[in-house]
Amino acid sequence: MSLSILSPGLLTTIQDLGRIGYQKEGIIVSGAMDALALRVANLLVGNQENEAGLEVTLLGPKIRFDEDQLMALTGANLAPAINGQPIKMNRPIFVRQGSVLQFAPQGSGCRTYMALAGGLTVPTVLGSRSTYLQAGIGGRQGRALKTGDVIPCPGPPALAKQLWLKRFVASPAKAWVQAAWTPSPELYQGPQPDPRIRAVAGPEYSLFSNAGQQDFWAQEYTVTLASNRMGYRLRGDGAVLTLMQPEEMLSSAVTFGTVQVPPEGNPIVLLADHQTTGGYPRIAQVVTADFSLLAQVPPGGKIRFQEVSLAEAQRLYCQQELNIRQLQQSLQLKLTG
Amino acid sequence: MQNRRGGQIQWSQPQIYPLGDSGIVLQFSRVYNTEVQQRIQACCAYLDQLQVLGLLEYVPAYTTLTLYYNPWLMSEEGRLDPYVRMTEIAQAMLAQAQTPQPKIAPTLVEIPVCYGGKLGPDLEEVARHAGLSEAEVVQLHCEPEYVVAMVGFAPGFPYLAGLNEQIATPRKSQPRTLVPAGSVGIAGQQTGVYSIPTPGGWQLIGRTPRRLFRPRQENPSLLRAGNQVRFVPITAAEFEQQNKHES
Repeated sequence: MSLSILSPGLLTTIQDLGRIGYQKEGIIVSGAMDALALRVANLLVGNQENEAGLEVTLLGPKIRFDEDQLMALTGANLAPAINGQPIKMNRPIFVRQGSVLQFAPQGSGCRTYMALAGGLTVPTVLGSRSTYLQAGIGGRQGRALKTGDVIPCPGPPALAKQLWLKRFVASPAKAWVQAAWTPSPELYQGPQPDPRIRAVAGPEYSLFSNAGQQDFWAQEYTVTLASNRMGYRLRGDGAVLTLMQPEEMLSSAVTFGTVQVPPEGNPIVLLADHQTTGGYPRIAQVVTADFSLLAQVPPGGKIRFQEVSLAEAQRLYCQQELNIRQLQQSLQLKLTG
Repeated sequence: MQNRRGGQIQWSQPQIYPLGDSGIVLQFSRVYNTEVQQRIQACCAYLDQLQVLGLLEYVPAYTTLTLYYNPWLMSEEGRLDPYVRMTEIAQAMLAQAQTPQPKIAPTLVEIPVCYGGKLGPDLEEVARHAGLSEAEVVQLHCEPEYVVAMVGFAPGFPYLAGLNEQIATPRKSQPRTLVPAGSVGIAGQQTGVYSIPTPGGWQLIGRTPRRLFRPRQENPSLLRAGNQVRFVPITAAEFEQQNKHES
């Protein structure tokens, strides 16, 4: 079983939930930028949440299914179509052998995730299948996908395949069939335009003046073109941020969602390929429950930060986990029924 | 750790504060010194043995130790306050890491370096800045036993403490777009070795054939915080030979 990459799109990589446990050795986590979307995509096809999938960025690839596959797309809606016919997001879709998936440059969000039942057959490196471009490890030979790549995959389990094939009896010529149901928006919402991103004060918050702190929460920030999987460079519509006194800090740990302020005063928010340590003041830390919204903002998109307490951030985290559990339970019934 | 009279040293309590909803930072000091380094190492050794559901990983730095956790698992699925629980775990760790530990000699790793020339294009600039000859810079760089203060920036990249002040040199005003793996550099009071090809602004004085990042090995980083490092000069011919052997 395999997928053939007919054209790679702007940046299509293999990602799972990241390489955990090696940051003490300087090895970054990587993993899906929108981990929530990847988890949902995996659950929709009956996988474990951490199975590797494809992360598609802005301009989608063209992919041929070399055998029958059960797949789901979540995250950004980049107008996906199979053999030219539009398909829906956020639901399992059974695709017949030889069909071709492609995308159009439009829609909402920045990154689409594709999960396949059974996952992708790529070796793990340090416990993860995620592509880490800078060090050239994981995924497909440590690089983005390119034309001509053939990615082996085990394909859907026999029982699932049987269940889905029954649906083709009425229309044997169809190339695909999609489920009539989709997760409730309360459990998984997907990308939002110009989102409000909740954050808690960072360790160096108090080094900024009261006015600077207020400016940070009040401004509308644009995600500039100088943004990538490592981080978003932001540009505000108000004053740049300055420390009350310049301070040369010793480097300390930084993570996904850390908002750093370099001396020129425009914040950088770190993402999946963030370095393990950094030396710029950390004004804020985005709450984990909003990573998905943040990672879906395309270059040129706008965000605002909103302050919440640590207790609220942790409550939001647990609520999101609870939603995932609920989704998993309801899907188990649907996928086996 | 014991003082001369055999009693326990009373460490000052580190500052403990959150890094968002999934991180907790222990700040041991504002300045880096050997004592802080050893205390962070003792905590890391403790954490390496510890198994707590929801405790994901830790990152030692110059004066801080950051622990990452999963609040859902740490709170036993939302029943407890995860930050309070992490603070308790951190405090238990601090108490444990104060008790006398069996003394383990730090591992000394020798790093062969071919200094100057094409492999160390900034040796001349460092020498000029220090008012020394290139040979004197090399000698001063090889003398100390450095301590790995932290590993960060890139996989396996060691920040080494112990550089002779005479050869401290500011970073390049314009960073290079690509520094080859193995390049040995100086940035202010620090020295270190680029572990993978990456952009960088350190002054490059030589290159080692040793691989500092080995993704196929169980311990992918050759060096860990707390290791000691000594640089040993080699010739260009030795570099070529060892470089072939390592790749």
